[in-house]
Amino acid sequence: MAPQQRKPHVCRNPELIRGVGKYSRSKMYHKRGLWAIKAKNGGAFPKHEKKAVDAAPAEKPPKFYPADDVKKPLVNKRKARPTKLRASITPGTVLIILAGRFKGKRVVFLKQLTSGLLLVTGPFKINGVPLRRVNQSYVIATSTKVDISGVNVEKFDDKYFGKKVEKKKKKGEGEFFEAEKEEKNTLPQDKKDDQKSVDAALIQSIEAVPDLKSYLGARFSLKAGMKPHELVF
Amino acid sequence: PFKRYVEIGRIALVNYGKDYGKLVVIVDVIDQNRALVDAPDMVRGQMNFKRLTLTDIKIDIKRVPNKKTLIAAMEAADVKNKWENSSWGRKLIVQKKRASLNDFDRFKIMLAKIKKAGVVRQELAKLKKEATA
Repeated sequence: MAPQQRKPHVCRNPELIRGVGKYSRSKMYHKRGLWAIKAKNGGAFPKHEKKAVDAAPAEKPPKFYPADDVKKPLVNKRKARPTKLRASITPGTVLIILAGRFKGKRVVFLKQLTSGLLLVTGPFKINGVPLRRVNQSYVIATSTKVDISGVNVEKFDDKYFGKKVEKKKKKGEGEFFEAEKEEKNTLPQDKKDDQKSVDAALIQSIEAVPDLKSYLGARFSLKAGMKPHELVF
Repeated sequence: PFKRYVEIGRIALVNYGKDYGKLVVIVDVIDQNRALVDAPDMVRGQMNFKRLTLTDIKIDIKRVPNKKTLIAAMEAADVKNKWENSSWGRKLIVQKKRASLNDFDRFKIMLAKIKKAGVVRQELAKLKKEATA
């Protein structure tokens, strides 16, 4: 049978005060039915045989004892994991970016990357914000959600956004200064294609909602009389 | 000089405390400063008059009715609809709505205001033209 549903057992020994139960040890012995278990087993509590433990291989005394006692660092079992996402931020939420080049822009949240940063897109055609990473602390989550089901964001991770490492050129004295000048400012074409493919499905679901497109295209700003602690986002 | 009196059956609005914003009925007067107060969704209790703002609505009850009688009397006097149609009640409803607006809602309202102002201005321009013509 599948694991049986057990009714949650009521406590046998209710607490009168913290640390003091209603029943004494002998009463609890009777209540738990240990006398019945013993009777069933012929007068002694049923024991099971101990599992055979292989004798640990004999350790040789070490050849060398260090002169000073070196303290070992304490064991640290913590695992690194991405920052806890606020409950108000779910895929498809419209976020307001608060700092940086795009401050005030309303932007669609796609997913949280393993570094903890949020992957976000304008969409680019609507407000000029490309696929970008943004820190959760610099963002206000609104309660407006966009349907994000048609978008595939599997391929984006932190490495996609890292700086490209150039192969080191040999230091020729004359060439040194000239070579530094050519900074590659143009975006590679495949990044532009990624942006277009992500935005295509998004823009469709955005245009389905009236006024949402112009909403995303407008910047947020505090006007007279707006009290941020009283505003509902 | 006074139009709204503290009397049994007077509906009041709570303006301070845990029940802020609720409509309550004064069912008894305890002493100079306090009243026994009751509402369909709260336990009957005392409140200082300073926490109450009297309204124009009054219902017909005897001193300290039981909950059932109170609710029946409120239905008979149609307190809810009278309140929601009064200008005071309507203002409170609008305030609550405005406070609960989403960022997107505020944006949509801004667009609607601009549109309305545009239509009004067009009509005004038309009327002005006719007046000068």
